[in-house]
Amino acid sequence: MKNLFNKFGERLNRVSSMKLTLLAVLSALIVGAFIIIVSDVDNLRDGDVLGAVSTVGSAYWALVVGSFGSLRAISNTINSSTPLILCGVSVAIAFKAGLFNIGATGQMLAGGMTSLWVGFAMDGPGYVQVPLAILAGAIGGAVFGAIPGILKARTGAHEVITTIMLNNMAAFFILWLLKTDLFQREDRTDPISKLVSAEGRLPRLFGFMDGRADLIAHVGFIVALGAVLAYWWFLKKTTTGFEFRAYGLNADAATYAGMHVKRLTVLSMMFAGGFAGLAGAAEVLGTYGYASTNFAGNIGFDAIAIALLGQSSPLGTFFAAILFGALQAGGRQMQTNSDVPIDLIIVLRALIVMFIAAPLLVKTIWRTKNATIAAGQTFRGWGS
Amino acid sequence: MSTTEVVAPLLSLEQKRRSRNVGLSLIFLALVSAFFLSARPGDAGFKLVESFTLVLPAQPFAQALAVVLGALGAVQLYRGFGKWTNVVLAFATAMFVVGFLAWATSGGSFNLTGMLQDTVTRSVPITLGAIAGILCERSGIINIAIEGQLLGGAFAGAVLGSLYGPWVGVLGAMAIGVGLSALLAVFSIRFKVDQVIVGFAINFFSLGLTSFLSQRVLTPYPEYNIVKPFTPYAVPLLSDIPVIGVALFTQTYFVYISVIAVVLTTWFMYRTRWGLRTRAIGEYPQAAGTLGVDVLKLRYRNVWIAGAIAGLGGAWWPIGTVGRFDQNITNGRGFIALAAVIFGRWHPVGALTAALVFGLAEAIQLKMSNLDTGIPSEFLLMAPYIVTLVVVAGFVGRSRAPKAAGQAYDASK
Amino acid sequence: MKLELRGITKRFPGVVANDNVNLALNTGEVLSLIGENGAGKSTLMSVLYGMYKPDEGQIVIDGTDLVFASPADAIGAGIGMVHQHFMLVPVFTVAENVVLGVEPTGALGKLNIDEARRMVREISDKYNLDLDPDAVIEDLPVGVQQRVEIVKVLLRDAKVVVFDEPTAVLTPSEIIEFFEIVKTLVSAGRGVVFITHKLKEALNIADRIAVLRRGKVVGEVDPKTATESQIAEMMVGRPVQLTVDKNSAKTGDVVLKVTDLTVLDADGRTHVENVSFEVCAGEIVGIAGVQGNGQTELVEALTGLRKATRGVIDLDGKDLTHSNPRERHQMGMAHIPEDRQRQGLVGGLSVAENLVLTRYHDDQFSHGVYVDWEAANAVAETLITEYDIRTPNKETGVGTLSGGNQQKVIVARELSRDLRLTIAAQPTRGVDVGSIEYIHSRIVKERDAGTAVLIVSTELEEVMALSDRLLVMYRGKVVAELDPKKVTPMEVGLYMAGSRPDSAVSA
Repeated sequence: MKNLFNKFGERLNRVSSMKLTLLAVLSALIVGAFIIIVSDVDNLRDGDVLGAVSTVGSAYWALVVGSFGSLRAISNTINSSTPLILCGVSVAIAFKAGLFNIGATGQMLAGGMTSLWVGFAMDGPGYVQVPLAILAGAIGGAVFGAIPGILKARTGAHEVITTIMLNNMAAFFILWLLKTDLFQREDRTDPISKLVSAEGRLPRLFGFMDGRADLIAHVGFIVALGAVLAYWWFLKKTTTGFEFRAYGLNADAATYAGMHVKRLTVLSMMFAGGFAGLAGAAEVLGTYGYASTNFAGNIGFDAIAIALLGQSSPLGTFFAAILFGALQAGGRQMQTNSDVPIDLIIVLRALIVMFIAAPLLVKTIWRTKNATIAAGQTFRGWGS
Repeated sequence: MSTTEVVAPLLSLEQKRRSRNVGLSLIFLALVSAFFLSARPGDAGFKLVESFTLVLPAQPFAQALAVVLGALGAVQLYRGFGKWTNVVLAFATAMFVVGFLAWATSGGSFNLTGMLQDTVTRSVPITLGAIAGILCERSGIINIAIEGQLLGGAFAGAVLGSLYGPWVGVLGAMAIGVGLSALLAVFSIRFKVDQVIVGFAINFFSLGLTSFLSQRVLTPYPEYNIVKPFTPYAVPLLSDIPVIGVALFTQTYFVYISVIAVVLTTWFMYRTRWGLRTRAIGEYPQAAGTLGVDVLKLRYRNVWIAGAIAGLGGAWWPIGTVGRFDQNITNGRGFIALAAVIFGRWHPVGALTAALVFGLAEAIQLKMSNLDTGIPSEFLLMAPYIVTLVVVAGFVGRSRAPKAAGQAYDASK
Repeated sequence: MKLELRGITKRFPGVVANDNVNLALNTGEVLSLIGENGAGKSTLMSVLYGMYKPDEGQIVIDGTDLVFASPADAIGAGIGMVHQHFMLVPVFTVAENVVLGVEPTGALGKLNIDEARRMVREISDKYNLDLDPDAVIEDLPVGVQQRVEIVKVLLRDAKVVVFDEPTAVLTPSEIIEFFEIVKTLVSAGRGVVFITHKLKEALNIADRIAVLRRGKVVGEVDPKTATESQIAEMMVGRPVQLTVDKNSAKTGDVVLKVTDLTVLDADGRTHVENVSFEVCAGEIVGIAGVQGNGQTELVEALTGLRKATRGVIDLDGKDLTHSNPRERHQMGMAHIPEDRQRQGLVGGLSVAENLVLTRYHDDQFSHGVYVDWEAANAVAETLITEYDIRTPNKETGVGTLSGGNQQKVIVARELSRDLRLTIAAQPTRGVDVGSIEYIHSRIVKERDAGTAVLIVSTELEEVMALSDRLLVMYRGKVVAELDPKKVTPMEVGLYMAGSRPDSAVSA
């Protein structure tokens, strides 16, 4: 009886945490609408407030249509979500171990480049090359991700600083790499890579539908689903997963319990890097088929928001990534349809994170009761 | 009872390792000098003033440098310099930079004074950003949002500067800085949100909003994005001193303001009631709280001041240099400022020093791209980040951060 | 001045910490507030000091109702508090800590540090406290830090001074000095509230004793007529056994042998210096000492949490100086850490997960990379019953349990296997009387089963009652080895304070 009551309580908690998430998204959209209106200089100069308000309507409608309004829109959402899921898991797994991985961008670049190399250096057969290239991406990301882990374990350098620095270094390194003979496309002078061989591209998800070249979602999405599953399995079932959780919640107790925390530090950053590397591979092998300097874009940073939104749980991270992917896909439509720049999406994401991280605020605004979200503290001080 | 004869003071394993790392770094620099820097013959000319160029023979200098650095490294490994370690390290690094410059310029010459001037100029936003960071962290609030505050300040400075002139632009930038830091304050103090998370969200908010507005407003209305920047003001008399006069005293107001900011912050932080209380609430807020100090109010106030200073730093881009705003114009300088906070051990003067180091790295990188050194420019662009990484990993691993930084204060605990 | 608490009720989610508490205090008297851990003493004082807002009830001073919104209000009303955890900024000097909040200043808020020094010296001289205004707090022993706290209160001219467990960090002779200070305060016309769970001390110094149990005042007694067992019964609600029940030890072979152990921290400060001792199978060796004299670092070095700078640690003749905590654990070493929240438990994990926190990797619980959660849960169920851990179920977050039950989780985990050596640091800190009795009996049982036991405790009574042999640490050194049956607490206290009684023979 008591047990049943507890279970019910937990369920209730989960529902209200869901509600809180929705309210946070709603709050963000309202603030976003306000920003659209006040920045509508043309209409406001003419005193046409209604015109400005209607811009909001068309912009948000475009968001919906562009993300779920058609098969093509859904394909776009899937495509945008794929790297977000993978990087989201990257940040989430580090969070679980109590580390703040801001370096997903750099790790994604590293993984993307290693997978790219396998992608153009080999020429089929696809069933060998594609898995090999994906694996190369994971390894590239993991190796690069291990650096801040090792620095932290050996010298105590804080990962917030080191990963930011490594992101910048990776960006310049890749700028250089893309101008070397090895990587640069033969007939080009700008930093752009050779093309991944046809066999090495990730198959498209909707490849079975003839004549729909516009459906760009690719098999990377399956890899992302696998990553979410693997993450879930790792946390729930494995000894190392248990160590991650204990270390993340209480580093002193983990040390006391005989866990090798330095190893865990390196390992968690390596895993994080591996997932981010997969994201790089998915973009390079799937979406683009080549690498330019900014193929990682802002994905690594969005992933932080995603992991926070999903409270680092496997399922939560997955749905948060889908939401952000939908915003991304819809945002492009919005920019085309309504002249509202896609940068609004960045603002919306920031707002969602703020509202999510401040359940107290959302509760105050919407006067909900008893909703709790354990945002937790990610930061354990600069100490060594 | 037997007593062992203690010759040298007993060192902990950490101390030994740190001391060894410093020694190995010196040896590494010596090796670079010996095998890399001494590979290029020719004289390097450093133009100091119009009429005088300092000529340094690159190869012999590098060889001498290798010997000196090697000797220092050997002594450090053998017995250590004790409390002089940092001084020795700073000297060695400075000499190595000179050696590097000599190597890069060998067979040519360049304007050293100009580079120094550039160094000081470029350190401005980093210094001001770092002071903003110090003010917050000393009060127990982690400020990851420096980048966002700089960016917001830059945007406001550009728009208001275009409309009402540079001084209004500066004030507007400070106001926006306060606005953004108020977000940080409210979320982290009132709603007790994890400070790193809010900081990040603010960075995004600021990046997104300025990019959005820049596209939606500044692109169609370019008249909102053209400022008349400050021109350098030569301080009478002082600017006539050779080399230093140009580097330090022929600068825009921003340089003078940031130096004043460093001096004032230092004085207030260590000599006044405000400073004592600020350091107390960053170190152990309960101690101050139980004595009736209003911890939350003081934190709010300090975060606001920090925002104003960061906003001022942001105004440097449109009003101190290029005269306009571009998307993401700060390009990560806020994070460099954060590194300067740590590098400078949460002390304004330390932060200024760190900012000058970063400024120097940027200035060298700009100069290098004009000289033919064979080093790809991308690697030079990486320099500031590598410096940060090495510094954070190698030398401040055990520096003492304000204890309460990052923790929400709850009066009842 | 007359201070009254009328009908104070303070609720927290799930607990009523104070339930309709009425108390009165006149200046010129010592009121002792006594109760076991978790009885609500500290909450009550936090209400009085403006740190908590009471849900019901009033604070009345000389007939006027007062509302304290913050400590500033309480200070203004003449109330001062010396907290159990000192409220001192470790990197500040004595003078800086004392004047914080009431700084003497000049123009622009410039600190007049000379004036601050003078103020500290004046009070220090007046009450004979012997303080150096320029000493940095973190370099000072805890006894001196407490005097700094007292100066803070006196500088603000408090009429009522509340001491929260002030004697926990003092040696017996320092306690006597402390009582002298209390008497001086009282004779200077101030009132003192003395919060403690030590009966003897309350009987010694108080004019009146109020007993708190489960948030309620269950009675007030006169120290002139009351007895210890009578008060103890009021505190706990049933008769309490005040001594540890044990036979004499049947000592076996040497299990733990520590030779010339020296431990430095990362900054090069010495915490443990040339310490050598042995612990044999079937005996309990206690380490007494004032908090901060190297016991923490010694235990950390013994358990592998801190590297030994020099020296050798042997377990059953095997050198494990360089082994990591897990290796030591597997060699049969159990460790009950001094801070259960920080080290012993992961608050966010369940009771079951915490019960296998140090053992999940044993063959019993893991197959390859998997954790066998079924096996772990089964063991957890057994341990919960066997060790009488009061928890709703094994999935409950361990952080929600009471201090006593949390400690039982640790004891269950650490003692429920074959052991050679048990190291217990502050095993009963912040634990209710029932749990204390239980934990003590468990430790004695462990000894009788032939395990070597090392107890580190700053509670002199506890460590004297439990040990078969007693070591005293002072400034990182073992300064005495004593037979607890043949020495008085007073004598041990002298060693703890660094002096050597002439009559005793030092080790």
